[in-house]
Amino acid sequence: MLKIASQNPYLPYQAIIEDIKIETEDGNLKTFKLVLEREEDRDAWNHMPGQFAMLSIAGKGEIPIGIASSPTEKGYLLFTVNRAGVVTTALHKMDVGSPIGVRGPLGNGFPVDSALKGKNIVIIAGGFAFTTLRATLIYMLEHREDYGKITVIYGARTPGMLLYKKELEKWQKRDDLDVYITVDREAPGWNGLVGFVPTIAGQVKPSPENAAALICGPPIMIKFTMPPLEEVGWKDDQVYLSLENRMKCGIGICGHCNVGPVYVCKDGPVFTREQVQRLPVEF
Amino acid sequence: MSTINARIEQELKSIARELLDSKEIEAFIGYKKGSMPMTMTPFVARSIEDVEKLCWNSFCVLNLANYLPQVLRSFEPPRRPNEPPPEGPLPKVGIVVTGCWSRNIVVQIQENQIERDRIVIIGISSRGMIDKKKVYKMLNGHEVTSVEEKDNQLIVKGPDLYEEINRWDVVRDNCKTCVHPDPSIYDVLIGDLKGERQIRNRFSQVEEIEIKTPEERWNWFISEISSCIRCYACRNACPLCYCPTCFVDDSRPQWVGKSKDQVDTALFHILRAYHCAGRCTDCGSCESVCPMGIKMRILTKKLQKDVLELYNFEPGLSLDTPLPLSTYKLDDPQDFILTDIKMGDKK
Amino acid sequence: MKDFTISKSQFLDFLSEFKKEFDIYGPNETSKGFYDWVAIDQIEQFEIKQGLPKSSIKTFLFPQPEILFEFSANFKDPAAYRLKEPDFKEKKIILFGVRPCDARSISLNSMPYSEDTYFQKRLEQILVFGFLCKSVCSTCFCSWVGGSPVSMDGMDIAVFDLEDAYVLRPITKKGEELLNRAGLDEATDVEKEAFNRLVKENSNKNQSNTADILKSKDLFDLYNASFWQELSDACINCGTCTFLCPTCYCFDIQDEVLKGKGRRIRYWDSCMFPLFTLHASGHNPRGDKLKRVRNRFMHKLKYFPDRFGPISCVGCGRCIRECPVSIDIREVLRQMLET
Repeated sequence: MLKIASQNPYLPYQAIIEDIKIETEDGNLKTFKLVLEREEDRDAWNHMPGQFAMLSIAGKGEIPIGIASSPTEKGYLLFTVNRAGVVTTALHKMDVGSPIGVRGPLGNGFPVDSALKGKNIVIIAGGFAFTTLRATLIYMLEHREDYGKITVIYGARTPGMLLYKKELEKWQKRDDLDVYITVDREAPGWNGLVGFVPTIAGQVKPSPENAAALICGPPIMIKFTMPPLEEVGWKDDQVYLSLENRMKCGIGICGHCNVGPVYVCKDGPVFTREQVQRLPVEF
Repeated sequence: MSTINARIEQELKSIARELLDSKEIEAFIGYKKGSMPMTMTPFVARSIEDVEKLCWNSFCVLNLANYLPQVLRSFEPPRRPNEPPPEGPLPKVGIVVTGCWSRNIVVQIQENQIERDRIVIIGISSRGMIDKKKVYKMLNGHEVTSVEEKDNQLIVKGPDLYEEINRWDVVRDNCKTCVHPDPSIYDVLIGDLKGERQIRNRFSQVEEIEIKTPEERWNWFISEISSCIRCYACRNACPLCYCPTCFVDDSRPQWVGKSKDQVDTALFHILRAYHCAGRCTDCGSCESVCPMGIKMRILTKKLQKDVLELYNFEPGLSLDTPLPLSTYKLDDPQDFILTDIKMGDKK
Repeated sequence: MKDFTISKSQFLDFLSEFKKEFDIYGPNETSKGFYDWVAIDQIEQFEIKQGLPKSSIKTFLFPQPEILFEFSANFKDPAAYRLKEPDFKEKKIILFGVRPCDARSISLNSMPYSEDTYFQKRLEQILVFGFLCKSVCSTCFCSWVGGSPVSMDGMDIAVFDLEDAYVLRPITKKGEELLNRAGLDEATDVEKEAFNRLVKENSNKNQSNTADILKSKDLFDLYNASFWQELSDACINCGTCTFLCPTCYCFDIQDEVLKGKGRRIRYWDSCMFPLFTLHASGHNPRGDKLKRVRNRFMHKLKYFPDRFGPISCVGCGRCIRECPVSIDIREVLRQMLET
């Protein structure tokens, strides 16, 4: 787990919003491209896929958002933000060129350099939880020889709610990657798969042999995805989940994000399902 | 244990036992002994064995009506805040009350927080509860290990300490000026009804402040709340404060800041007092639970006086009298509204 | 390091000599009628009574509120909305009359706050004159949770009460440096012997294996125990226990903007409040009262020892005295040890 370079752990790096893209048809999800202002901050920044950062808007507050860009994408950071509360609403109203603070990288990431190396990877995501998995996928594609077969199963409510549509098209055309995109119900103009993510996972039946699964999504999707995987032999220590909780400090002190003995911001947000089974259900 | 309270406790236990045994109620809200002398812990008895722990004495200071809505809710199938309650008869809960708490139950029924047919009320006419802070003050903070209560005396024991204290000397301020010690609503009565007490100056504590100049009053108020740590014990112990999101916790928009800043703290106390106007029965729980010794009861007492004078109304005496601040009558006094005619001759 | 001695009648004057360099606080009667920390100027009669001041010394280490950053909220300002740390202009502080339990809370709180620069800065500014306890109150249980009435952990100078004089023993370099330049008489051998005897008599009262027993218990056995229901029925979810506790350290961060000037502050928060774990989506993992009450005790008595070693409780007894519904942490501890 990487430590923050600045002395004061609460001080964010200054950044500027360079680009804003609306990802979904209802406008509630936007991807912000941020560039850190100072060169020494850009050089000091080093994150792993799966980590998150605190976006800080002076006058409104801070929010923890997963980093959607991979460390191999140099010079900028991408964050896909859902409009939910006070800070995210303020963020959605901001224009290109506005100042914003970034505090991080925080948390642990997916163990792409250790436990996942050499394995077959299955990425399963639902809705707008795909953000950190985009970072993970791009990282893995940049280091393609380090991993075996990579399978991606990603679903959203409607075609308009899918994130990163252009990149999804590019990935579907690759032959070193199996990509299954699905939507919950039939939609006009949609020629792809139809069905909930757990159903598609049951049809794909990814093999657990020397494999690891990275699952991100609403708790209910995770709950229903596990049975089809367990049926084909997946064990709990092969499955990685990314938990969410209310956070404030991001460094394991303020006490808001604790789930039993662990702090989601410091010991997580990535946990194996085996670790999660040993935690009280308070997330 | 005093004989009066011992008898009440016996009867209370047998009634609670019977109610739980016959399955008329699912739980009984009362008190059990706390671990420190002179403290009682609110307790929800859910079985016959639990009933043995129920107690009654003159240290039962917290308002049990505070727990009623949540305990009733806990026996319903879980539902979201805006969903209507499920159909069919729902489990009942029993509760023991004295004068002021019973009036809070009446107000809660009038405000649709609880239903009358879901509660079984055991009423006891109050003899006044004892303020343990007054006892400690009398003993100069000496360590106390046990307190025995007789009908009109307290026997206080501690290391190198044996004191007999006259009970009335340490009764709470709000009990001393209480006019309605009888429960105004009950299903079973323990003991007798005492009728209204004649008190010459109920609002003497308020009048002491009223005669001060506005500047003196402001200084008194600021020094009173200067020790506030925003723990919200006063708000949480109050049976009237049942808003799902209190105005201090709201973030969109944020009405009041959360730190100990003087302005924010003053706002919290003033607004909370006003939210209780016309509903507060002066049970004194807010002041009893405050760890920092703030006398916020005086604010609500002043509003109680104002409502009595303006609308001739005291909350909780009858289920049929509508609450004055949530009903409008054509002849409501409104000389606080300035009009062109009145401006000029209003002092 | 040498021990020093000073007569009780001269102690207040001795402390007052340091007024230029330090802000000095000690426990005394307040205008509200309870015993709490006041500035030395307001103390006429010096007396350290038995018992604890109402609030812990937490107020000096994380003030409420603490300003983390300042920023300008003026649109026309080119440097607007950029966070700046405020200048740290705090004077050094002397705290005298700190009991061993309160002093020990400093080292317990330092464990989670090891990376927090604001806490560390304030810690450097504080000099603690600890007072050893010759007797314990009925609500004290420091020896049960790893402390003792004569523990000197967290103190810079330990003070021992010897009828009409005090024996001052420096514990840290900071304390030694202050006493060396104070010009006091060195303690006699008799006085030093009395000090050592008190420490020896009381140090075997430390039953420190409570933490080990709790660490050995299975988390889910404690989590699913049946005693939490009765305990949490009475709780009214106020913040009294958390705000008066020396070792409760949760906080919240908020931005406040007024008339073109903004600041990011942190203030005490309590896990007892229902909104503590509320997500923006409306989901609240600990929306139930029982979950919150259980989480607080599990954190202090199980999760904290599992992570850092000692129990996150110093046995001061403030929560027992001040809890409006008289929930007793000793009772919880007993039930947890028996599970």
